Amino acid sequence: MESKLIVQHLTKIYGNNTAKAYEMLKQGLPNDEIRKKTKQVVGVRDASFAVNEGECFVIMGLSGSGKSTLLRCINQLIKPTAGKIILDGQNLAILPSKELIEIRRKKIGMVFQRFALLPNRTIVDNVAYGLEVQSMPRDERYKKSLAAIEMVGLKGWEHYYPANLSGGMQQRVGIARALATNPDVLLMDEPFSALDPLIRQDMQDELLEIQKKLHKTIIFITHDLDEALKIGERIALMKDAQIVQIGEPEDILLSPATEYVARFVENVNRSKALTASTVMMKPRSIIHPRTGPRTALHLMEKYGISSLFVTDQQGGLIGYIKPEDAAELINQGIKKLDTIIKDDAPTTNLDTPLSDLLEILAHTKIPVAVIDEQNILKGVLVRGAVIAGLAGERMRFDE
Amino acid sequence: MSNFFGLISEWFESIPRIPLAEWTDTMIAFLTLHLRGTTRAISEVLQTYIVGLQDLLTIIPPLLLILLIVIIAWRVAGKSVALLSALGLLFILNIELWDVTMQTLAMLIIAVFLCVLIGLPLGILAAKNHTVHRIITPILDFMQTLPAFVYLLPAIPFFGLGVVPAVITTLIFAMPPVIRLTNLGIKQVPHDLMELGESFGSTFFQILFRIELPLAKSTIFAGINQCIMLSLSMVVIAAMIGAKGLGGIVWSAIQTLNMGMGFEAGVALVILAIILDRITQSFGR
Repeated sequence: MESKLIVQHLTKIYGNNTAKAYEMLKQGLPNDEIRKKTKQVVGVRDASFAVNEGECFVIMGLSGSGKSTLLRCINQLIKPTAGKIILDGQNLAILPSKELIEIRRKKIGMVFQRFALLPNRTIVDNVAYGLEVQSMPRDERYKKSLAAIEMVGLKGWEHYYPANLSGGMQQRVGIARALATNPDVLLMDEPFSALDPLIRQDMQDELLEIQKKLHKTIIFITHDLDEALKIGERIALMKDAQIVQIGEPEDILLSPATEYVARFVENVNRSKALTASTVMMKPRSIIHPRTGPRTALHLMEKYGISSLFVTDQQGGLIGYIKPEDAAELINQGIKKLDTIIKDDAPTTNLDTPLSDLLEILAHTKIPVAVIDEQNILKGVLVRGAVIAGLAGERMRFDE
Repeated sequence: MSNFFGLISEWFESIPRIPLAEWTDTMIAFLTLHLRGTTRAISEVLQTYIVGLQDLLTIIPPLLLILLIVIIAWRVAGKSVALLSALGLLFILNIELWDVTMQTLAMLIIAVFLCVLIGLPLGILAAKNHTVHRIITPILDFMQTLPAFVYLLPAIPFFGLGVVPAVITTLIFAMPPVIRLTNLGIKQVPHDLMELGESFGSTFFQILFRIELPLAKSTIFAGINQCIMLSLSMVVIAAMIGAKGLGGIVWSAIQTLNMGMGFEAGVALVILAIILDRITQSFGR
């Protein structure tokens, strides 16, 4: 895939004499030592990554890890000490200010942690701000702003003032404002951190909805791993001004690159990142409809399980049988299982997140069948394995 | 030990007195000689404007002007201020101080206009540039604390007697709050709103006019309000160098011990002050 935005060896050192500190940094001295020797503070240290067109890239770290500085270096709100920021082949770090203003107007939108709405302007005038500085005529910018307001679900609120709106609504305005100029890239600086947990989740869902329609290239900053796992297609983890790991949510959870990442991940709500495919067991107890009840009963006894899935020759799920029904068949002397196969087996897809599975598991007595799009039985979920997955053990119930 | 201090004080007494007064005199004489042409020209221009405005305000029929002011007060500050203005101004008209009040008002308008014209950009500059701020701050302290009389008299050789030096001294006295509060108002604009402006590709002036000044508005108007109040308090002092108006009445009342006349003019001044204060305060909201 085409890289929309490439960040190469980006470094930001705060202070009035950064040259010497940068030399030390290149020699590999740690941040603390540089600070003690030169009184210069390293904000971002040699960060490199590439973001694909239409990707949602999350930068995560605790406060002070340099993630906000990194974000601001991208649109040059903070001038980096060294490194390149290449957007569509153009290095923003060396762009003359006139061209930079043009890039900021047309290509990059920004959403702020504390919303950054102008209190003296109505919602529509806040949303129109980016278009206004482009000297777009009033009617045209209102038309575009109203479309953006509608997209974030605030239709009817356009003539209110920010103070009339709740926090969640205010951030919707912030998002509408960033969308109104129709930029390719959205920079989101902890946009939902100031909101209540429930509203935060709504906003995350809504962002994902909007992203499905618009396919923006998003750089999303957060300190919340749950949020990162939900929003991010890839995640970069920052610590002490450095990126310590970049990867897809599951990579980060299942194979943390450093001790730090591992500790960070320890507390995560795993139910959101793990999917059915990561915790399912191999379907070890398939039988075909032509198998007799005795064999079925024998298999159930052997494995100590109380139900057995039945598939066709291609592996397609047909249903399941219960041991008591099999025993009844034996008593009656019937050799075929057809009559006792129940077709109301609980099923789920390979990529269903664990959080959704818990509910299914809670309401069923038999294991859940994991099937793909062709209805092929891929695995079986049992409570024990799911709970183990939540607990952080990567278990494989292979035989 | 006492010997030590004896030596020190002996040495200190041997230092000749610093002739600040003589330097000042020489300086003023020098400046008078070389700057007089310029200052007199400024004086001419200012004189024209002030007298022009005074004439304009006195030419308009008082009742019409009162109606205009009351309408403005009503639109800007609401019913009660409008009522207050109507009663106050009619009272001034009744005690036959209308023309002198208008003289004072004209002087005031010009002085406050100049304060804002000069003070607002300086305040913005001070907020944007640390060096400017550091240079300006002690000068503002000086302007606000130096007794008015000290620069009242030197103003005469530069600008002559009359209303112009009065306006100039009013400028010195009343401009600092405009500069200070503009500076404060702009510095108080939250950082993320500045980032908002920058990140959406605003130019320096777009940020100034679309974000900073609107958000600093109420603080700036508090400064202008202070400026008006300080200007009014200078009216009487300025009368000592020939500015007419209400201050002139008060000053002559003091000289002739005419307490009733002095009180009347004083009350007119207070009425004017209150009306202007209420109107400018509502502008800030």
